[in-house]
Amino acid sequence: MIWNKKAECMSVEEKEELQLRRLTEVVKIAYENVNYYKKRFNEMNVHPDDIETLEDINKLPFTSKTDLRDAYPFGLFAVPHDEIVEVHTTSGTTGKPTVSGYTQKDLDIWGEVMARALTMAGAGKKDLIQNCYGYGLFTGGLGVHYGAQKIGATVIPISAGNTQRQIQIMQDFGSTILTCTPSYALHLSDVLQNNGVEPEKISLKSGVFGAEMWTEEMREEIENRLNLSALNVYGLTEIIGPGVAQECTEKNGLHIFDDHFYPEIIDPENLKPLSYDEKGELVLTTLTREGMPIIRFRTRDITTLRREKCECGRTLVKMDRITGRSDDMLKIRGVIVFPSQIERAILNIKGLEPHYQIIVTRPHHLDELEVQVEASNILFSDEVKHIEDIKKNIEDHIHDEIGLRVNITFVEPQSLPRSNGKAVRVIDRRNL
Amino acid sequence: MKLKQISVFLENRKGRLWKALNILSEAKINIRALSIADTSEFGILRMIVPQPNEAIHILEENNFVVQINDVIGVAVPDEPGGLDKILGILNKSDINVEYLYAFVEKKREQAMVVLKTEDINAGIKALKDGNITILSSEEIYNL
Repeated sequence: MIWNKKAECMSVEEKEELQLRRLTEVVKIAYENVNYYKKRFNEMNVHPDDIETLEDINKLPFTSKTDLRDAYPFGLFAVPHDEIVEVHTTSGTTGKPTVSGYTQKDLDIWGEVMARALTMAGAGKKDLIQNCYGYGLFTGGLGVHYGAQKIGATVIPISAGNTQRQIQIMQDFGSTILTCTPSYALHLSDVLQNNGVEPEKISLKSGVFGAEMWTEEMREEIENRLNLSALNVYGLTEIIGPGVAQECTEKNGLHIFDDHFYPEIIDPENLKPLSYDEKGELVLTTLTREGMPIIRFRTRDITTLRREKCECGRTLVKMDRITGRSDDMLKIRGVIVFPSQIERAILNIKGLEPHYQIIVTRPHHLDELEVQVEASNILFSDEVKHIEDIKKNIEDHIHDEIGLRVNITFVEPQSLPRSNGKAVRVIDRRNL
Repeated sequence: MKLKQISVFLENRKGRLWKALNILSEAKINIRALSIADTSEFGILRMIVPQPNEAIHILEENNFVVQINDVIGVAVPDEPGGLDKILGILNKSDINVEYLYAFVEKKREQAMVVLKTEDINAGIKALKDGNITILSSEEIYNL
């Protein structure tokens, strides 16, 4: 099922024409109504009239998270306050939160893109959507809510937490679609198992999981344990919330709703644009947002854009699963390495806990990577040579993943920072 | 007769050996024999204690990684050539020794040897055939 065939399946030419029309409009609105943009445009000696083609977007300044913070709370709003009907904020875990303001039309667009996303996951009027994303300032809960209501599905606004009640309602109501973070989906499956609930007692057919980075391995595990189809959703509070992109049942990339959000990929180091199929940082521009237009927002998320035909029939551009953040991207002996790659290698080894820390040093003008993992009963032995074999095995796995030799060291259990919240994964001692 | 040995993972960090031994001391667990294997990055503390399960429980409660495994305990006369005889027997039977450690018991003028062979059962059989006294757990604990 496709929610909006006209928008989701339009030809590339038609799409580009629409994007250009909307881009020139939004740039003009931003310039004329937001002091921040006027100032930045003037500094770079660029004017809205300079946007004549889509490529001209390269002339415009980037907007960073810091810019949004500096404008806290309402500095980037482009409409008078009486037109703003809702606000959300980011969690503020990496500093002061940023605020996102919505007009009624913005909320309608949000509902529209989330309706498209949920439809990709098979949602229809008859479905019961158990929405375990948090309701409140966080965009997850209400984003799914608006999409579900647009479709006319039944939304169970259970919000996050209270796992026992979640699984009770899941069984009693017969929820068919689950929306939450992928780690919470795994947690739910643990509790279901501990409570002895048979998988047949659960009617879930699909899940829309996002708001954190996850891997194909996690998808496989969630699908096996909950017996559903696990799909990836992507979004950012700064842009709108969930519903910037959604995976279809082909499960090979997320469709970006590029009639509303214009995507670019740049090299995070020199900020030069990259083309399709090249890996870099995702930059997004809102094409239709009234309350708070965002021009060229640096998401820090690392992905690749693909312009291939999708079996599902949609012509929306696709992005790969997020594989890292440009702020934790490491360059080791010239090779780009993401902590998530090391994590994937670690998770592939039976008995290893996903707790690790990466230490980068440069002892003799050459970068060295040390990966600390916690010792466990499975890894430990009374014989030195066994432990060294295990160490070598982990080093080989990581080598296969990143192409570099690392040194594994074992540390005592519970001695590394835990992944709840934003754990410090990388300690760079190179003094670069 | 096999002997239960516990091994404790020691991170290469100040005070870790002391911490492990302090936990056992507080729990009033007496250590009958002990050795440490050390590498540049970590250590393995191997011990024979009369209450291995209790020792494991208390160490794990304190976040140590602990393993239990079988080793062989033998008594040899406390005189020149005592250990030579044992190793000679194993060598003749083509049995590899992974590690061993020894301690001397004053009262009986005997040396106790704790050893691990690649194949424990083959090691015990070879030693028995060579008329070496294999010690039971009780014998070691009651020394």
